[in-house]
Amino acid sequence: MSDYAVELRGVTKRFGDVLAVDAVDLAIEDGEFFSLLGPSGCGKTTTLRMIAGFDYPTEGSIQIHGEEMALQAPNERPVNTVFQSYALFPHMTIEENVGFGLAMKKVPKSEAAERVDRALDMVQLAHRKGTTPDKLSGGQQQRVALARALVNEPEVLLLDEPLGALDLKLRQQMQIELKDLQERVGITFVYVTHDQEEALTMSDRIGVMSGGRLLQVGASTEIYERPMSRFVADFIGDINLIPARVSGSDAVELAGAVTVMARGVDSAAGGRWLAIRPEQLHLVADGEATPSGMNQVVGTVVHRVYFGDSYAYDIDTAMGRVDVRQENHPGLALHDPGSRVTVWWNPAVSSLVVD
Amino acid sequence: MATVTAEPTTAEPQVANAELEAAAAAADRRRGFLIALPAYVYLLLFFVVPFLIVIVYSFATRSATGATRLSDWNLRAYEKLFDSLVVEIVWRSFWIATITTLICLLFAYPFAYYIATRRPAVRNALLVLVMIPFWSNFLVRTYAWRFILGSDGPIGSLTEALGWEPIRLLFTPAAIMIGLVYGFLPFMVLPLYAAIERLDWGLVEAARDLYADGWTAFRKVTLPLTKSGIVAGSLLVFVPSFGAYVTPAILGGSKDLLLGSYIVTQFQQARNWPFGSALSIVIMLIMLGALMIRRRAAAEDV
Repeated sequence: MSDYAVELRGVTKRFGDVLAVDAVDLAIEDGEFFSLLGPSGCGKTTTLRMIAGFDYPTEGSIQIHGEEMALQAPNERPVNTVFQSYALFPHMTIEENVGFGLAMKKVPKSEAAERVDRALDMVQLAHRKGTTPDKLSGGQQQRVALARALVNEPEVLLLDEPLGALDLKLRQQMQIELKDLQERVGITFVYVTHDQEEALTMSDRIGVMSGGRLLQVGASTEIYERPMSRFVADFIGDINLIPARVSGSDAVELAGAVTVMARGVDSAAGGRWLAIRPEQLHLVADGEATPSGMNQVVGTVVHRVYFGDSYAYDIDTAMGRVDVRQENHPGLALHDPGSRVTVWWNPAVSSLVVD
Repeated sequence: MATVTAEPTTAEPQVANAELEAAAAAADRRRGFLIALPAYVYLLLFFVVPFLIVIVYSFATRSATGATRLSDWNLRAYEKLFDSLVVEIVWRSFWIATITTLICLLFAYPFAYYIATRRPAVRNALLVLVMIPFWSNFLVRTYAWRFILGSDGPIGSLTEALGWEPIRLLFTPAAIMIGLVYGFLPFMVLPLYAAIERLDWGLVEAARDLYADGWTAFRKVTLPLTKSGIVAGSLLVFVPSFGAYVTPAILGGSKDLLLGSYIVTQFQQARNWPFGSALSIVIMLIMLGALMIRRRAAAEDV
């Protein structure tokens, strides 16, 4: 039997004529913080709901710690969910909310009370246990939802965009808390989000979904730095995608007859794009020296936008318009719109991606 | 190019202050009152005034000939409320209304649940079906029941054809309840539908996720969160059932008198207006009590 916490094989879900999830194969390790990332409608939530048992797959197998669960009812699965809207029971106190799962499992009252207290302590809400959910702020409700799921010590915790309703500051703080918590309790987290930054900062691994298919699975750095497809490259962070054609080993011909070096040339197949992150591009005034062994192309500055911590440039070059990000620091040379510049980058930081 | 000319203004723009704010708020209240005025007048003329008349009459004197004299104010009508016959009639009306309400609830809840969980197009079609009975006259529909429940109606004929003792339903409390359930079922279905339709199904999923089976999730989450619909529907059925006149008059027997018919008797045959008024006030008070229960339930409902 497998050691995976969750294993999906050929999982497909159709709603009438709509193919929501298309033959997804996925293995999530025990104790892993795994994120399913994708735009709305990509099938990530449906995938999570099938793991939870709220939807049944049309085809395929879902195993949780080696046990087939595809058609089990939600209450028969060793998983718990933190819902996007928190789904706290409005007619129960915080204590009753958190104790609900234990009561259903018929855990002895004294033990249940103790575990509820511990769970509420963990999310620093022990002092609010007598109140009802509507008296709590969004962040507090979120914590209760987390405690309500974790108190049951599930084998896998499923989280459906749990931070989506919080404002930015609180969301960033909760991201750190969640990651901390996951490391402390050691439970496998499957986290659904459309927010790439959230996925990158918290996850051990990320699975990127689009159109019901799982496009790429890998560590955060892998997904960000070595995207394999145009969609993954484009969805996560800002990126320059330049039409490209392989013209030799390690050489790529770009639009405008610019030939550059790139890695991964032979692994790519079909339509190709050269993908480079804006922050990996460097700028010098035209005519200034660039380090040897680097790719370079000359262009004209179109726009320069100040972001406080950085400057963003739009540059017209022979291979098309590219975005460049330069971190702001004292002594940074600025280039005015209309001036000629050389854009250069390390061949190792670009990737060739398929359509 | 950039020359600024002062526009001549008719009214000097005013800076806000507390006095002006209060004046604006007062104007707002006046407008609100004017909009509501027709409804106020209507309620005053056709509800408050008649009700005051009823209260006044309940303390009046019935002369030996049955005329009502507005003098010698007394409490005789209220003393008569405690006659064993009256208590029996109120009690019988109360339990018939209660059972009617419970039967309606039992039928309506699953049906409302079913409607609320269909797709919107089907939902609307089903709601229209619930309303269709209102398109024909209530009296006519109740008379139809008289035929159905009568000994030569389908039920009687069927039991007779099977060689059993013919079941006689007409002119029994059972017939009254059948008629009341039939008449008031939509009043139970609609608020229940509204409450169930409003339910956040994510909460039911959360209960299932927390190891509740389907029935337990219903008991612990769906039912308590649709309580407002249960209370509203129950009141809408109980209140008119308690004072019902038409249905008992057509389907009920002469010996199991109910409150509605008894009040009519006081104003007509018995010619005891003070007593009829006192009985009406009893109904009003019981309904007021029921409404207060509802308000409490609504306040609990978040």
